[in-house]
Amino acid sequence: MIPLSYYLILGAILFAISVVGIFLNRKNLIVILMSIELLLLAANMNFVAFSHYLQDPAGQVFVFFILTVAAAEAAIGLAILIILFRNKLSINVEDLDELKG
Amino acid sequence: MILQLSFYLFSTVLVASAMMVVTVRNPVKAALFLVLAFFSAACIWMTLEAEFLSIVLILVYVGAVMVLFLFVVMMLDIDIARMREGFAKYLPVGIIVALGLIIELVVVLSGKAFQLASMPRPVGHDADYSNTKELGRLLYTDYVFPFEIAGLILLVAIIAAISLTLRRRNTKYQTPGNQVKVVKSDRLKIIKMKGQPGAES
Repeated sequence: MIPLSYYLILGAILFAISVVGIFLNRKNLIVILMSIELLLLAANMNFVAFSHYLQDPAGQVFVFFILTVAAAEAAIGLAILIILFRNKLSINVEDLDELKG
Repeated sequence: MILQLSFYLFSTVLVASAMMVVTVRNPVKAALFLVLAFFSAACIWMTLEAEFLSIVLILVYVGAVMVLFLFVVMMLDIDIARMREGFAKYLPVGIIVALGLIIELVVVLSGKAFQLASMPRPVGHDADYSNTKELGRLLYTDYVFPFEIAGLILLVAIIAAISLTLRRRNTKYQTPGNQVKVVKSDRLKIIKMKGQPGAES
């Protein structure tokens, strides 16, 4: 049988990959958004695994809410991406320095 | 046995496609690999008896969110070469950070608390158990307020996405108020004219 730790380690590996994805593609806004989706998936994996091993469906309810928030985030993120592209004809993070932060 | 095999198969595909998402050059391919990653995650959730969520992951994520991503990626004309600057430069740092994260988490997670001895894998539910029914019962009783807030968040997301991308540029549109207020004298002018002399019948 597969112990719980395998699922948690799978989630950890996914999490690490997506953090590295943000590191590597720090210029590309689209891939950063995709990495964030992957990050949320890693968190959801842990929730589902715990929900199964503890026999408590509350964990799945949380995954449901995380999916909702992730969908909203993706929609707004892509909308912001589109207006950025419309105004600057680029989605390179380097070009977005108008606020001089 | 089949459970172990499927776990290893799906998790290998999941990790491999996640790697491809962050390293592949073309964002369209990255989106497609993300679809594969979500799909194999859904398969793993299915073996964890989260049937409803795994179907929702496929329908909502693969069906809606990833298609949205693909639309946006294909609509924009992106300069990939400039985007990749610094990829090789940050690769060593990235790998070090990833290894650090993974090693730390593996050390913690392979502790005694998460092994089969202290947390055995529960036997599956009976055939007449409905995961969807159970989730629905929880959502509409214990979690009804969070559920409504989730609906509100989606509404806000819809309004935000539309109002951000909507633009009124040189568009001709009707104002119903003015249309209603129009009276006959604004539009119609009756002019008295003399008839042409020879044209009477």
